[in-house]
Amino acid sequence: MSLSLLRRPFFWIIGLAILLFASAPLGSNVELRESLMLAAVYITLASNLNMMLGYAGYVNFGSIVFFGLGGYFCIFLMNSSGWALVPAMLAGGLAVSLLALLFGLGILRLRGVLFALSTIGVNEAVMAFVNNFEPWGGATGIYLSTDLFRPLGGPAQALWTVYYLLVAVMGLSLYLSYFVKNSKFGLGLLAIGQNEDAATVLGVPAPLYKALAYSASAFLPAVAGGLYFFKGAFIQPLDAFDLQLSTEAIVITMLGGQGTIFGPALGAYLYEELRGWLLTSPTFSSFQLVIAGALLLAIVLFAPGGLMGLFYRRWPRLRRFLE
Amino acid sequence: MIGLLASILDGVLVGAVYGLAAMGITLIWGVMDVVNLTHGAMIVAGMFGLSLLVNAAGVPAYAALLPVMIAGFFAGIALYWIAVHRMIGQPPLMSLLSTFSANLVLIGLGTAVWGTVLFNVPLSLPGFSIGRYTFPGTHLMAAALTAVIAGALYLFLYRTRTGKAVRAVSGNREAAELVGIPTTRILALAFGLGVALACVSGALIATMFPFTVLSGDAYQLKSFVVTVLGGLGNPTGALVAGIALGLVEGLATPFMPVSWTLVIEFVLFVVVLIALPGGLMSLRIRRRRN
Repeated sequence: MSLSLLRRPFFWIIGLAILLFASAPLGSNVELRESLMLAAVYITLASNLNMMLGYAGYVNFGSIVFFGLGGYFCIFLMNSSGWALVPAMLAGGLAVSLLALLFGLGILRLRGVLFALSTIGVNEAVMAFVNNFEPWGGATGIYLSTDLFRPLGGPAQALWTVYYLLVAVMGLSLYLSYFVKNSKFGLGLLAIGQNEDAATVLGVPAPLYKALAYSASAFLPAVAGGLYFFKGAFIQPLDAFDLQLSTEAIVITMLGGQGTIFGPALGAYLYEELRGWLLTSPTFSSFQLVIAGALLLAIVLFAPGGLMGLFYRRWPRLRRFLE
Repeated sequence: MIGLLASILDGVLVGAVYGLAAMGITLIWGVMDVVNLTHGAMIVAGMFGLSLLVNAAGVPAYAALLPVMIAGFFAGIALYWIAVHRMIGQPPLMSLLSTFSANLVLIGLGTAVWGTVLFNVPLSLPGFSIGRYTFPGTHLMAAALTAVIAGALYLFLYRTRTGKAVRAVSGNREAAELVGIPTTRILALAFGLGVALACVSGALIATMFPFTVLSGDAYQLKSFVVTVLGGLGNPTGALVAGIALGLVEGLATPFMPVSWTLVIEFVLFVVVLIALPGGLMSLRIRRRRN
């Protein structure tokens, strides 16, 4: 990581985006805050997924496992061991990241499709495990006592704290994507994405890099999961491992443009707008999944580079500012 | 002891149907190197196809299997042209994503139409009793029909000209093209067959167990486990591995809650992938070579 990365325009564009989120004229506009909070979660999930999907060319169908497990660790630590929010969410992030590394090292010999298939199984298996795991409340889940909101100044104030923390997590996700992409590690991942055999011959330790990318992309979603479920004061397997959210993360990443950093953020914003519109539309509200699927199919078939791919082709000079 | 034996035998009966479902995946995988992630949705489509024919149209359940299978075949061909054809020869990422998104559309439509409530197909078939234990007639019938369908598939692949062409395309697509085989048509046909197998196995599962629109995921995962256990692109291996998985399930059920089986199966999946990438059948081949 060199200092020149700090002088590129894109570094400051990310900063500006975070500032916009943090200083949005929210006042007491709870609805806008909820919408921005969801957008921050989407951006976090999509940019971390992008490190696997866009850089290394590996689909991770179970990225929601990180989010859900992070939530479980955080809520469990707060509820049973009386930890404060910030240490609990960080511990959750670290634990999930470590688990992801162990699992990644285990399956690192798998390539291509087989790796992707094992990530589908991870979600089913982890959900079945948590459903049966009594210390975490099994299928009923864990309810947080409202007393836990007191150190943050009561429930209303706590929601603001959660909002700013989520914005911070989102910003860190974008910066992580940025620094990884411009590092030797990121170059190795991009090489794996282009041609894994060639990359291996040229000395990229592909299995290790894949496992590291898998683990690195687990940390921030897990932290976000902790915050998200703290906000609701409740966690249960059905919400924590809701496949819809990992599906949406894939749609968002592909919509914005896999492999770019700005793409997932743009995709998250547009998807959140689309979702809001669909939810309020009487005709389409029950067809959200269908529309997300059709959108993804259209992107994969006709514009695999996503919106950023289209923009770059139309305005090549954009590459100087956006990454 | 007899209880355990009965549980294992019943697992084997059900496992044969898992094998049939996995044959659908492995056929497509072997022929065109595409993992069909609409498999789960197609299993569910078979379940609901059967349920519609039986509950709404009053067709006897086992007579409804054939129309379900034929409809699945044509749905598969349509799906091939919509979502798969442009992905042939591209990196696996693209075909995974395209079939995944087709799956979303199908499951989304299913959820919008039927919701996520539990359905079942009422069927009464006399069981077969040994002492205190009774094997449900539907399980016996499903296993018998699986054998028939698998036999028909074998005859098609090994005894007909078209089947030979399918195997040729699976072996080497370019060489097949060179000797005049219409490879694109064969790919579409193989995809249709794979989906037809998914649909008919879904229909058979529906005769045994209740189901929802979302049941597909679990059965799809089982199919993947069976596919890697049997060796990729190996239909016979898939059937044997399906029976093996059913045996494991039957062995496990008396000792632990049913909801753990998915965890065990997933662990099995990862272990087999890492320790035995060629599947169970590779053991036999290895021994023959030595």
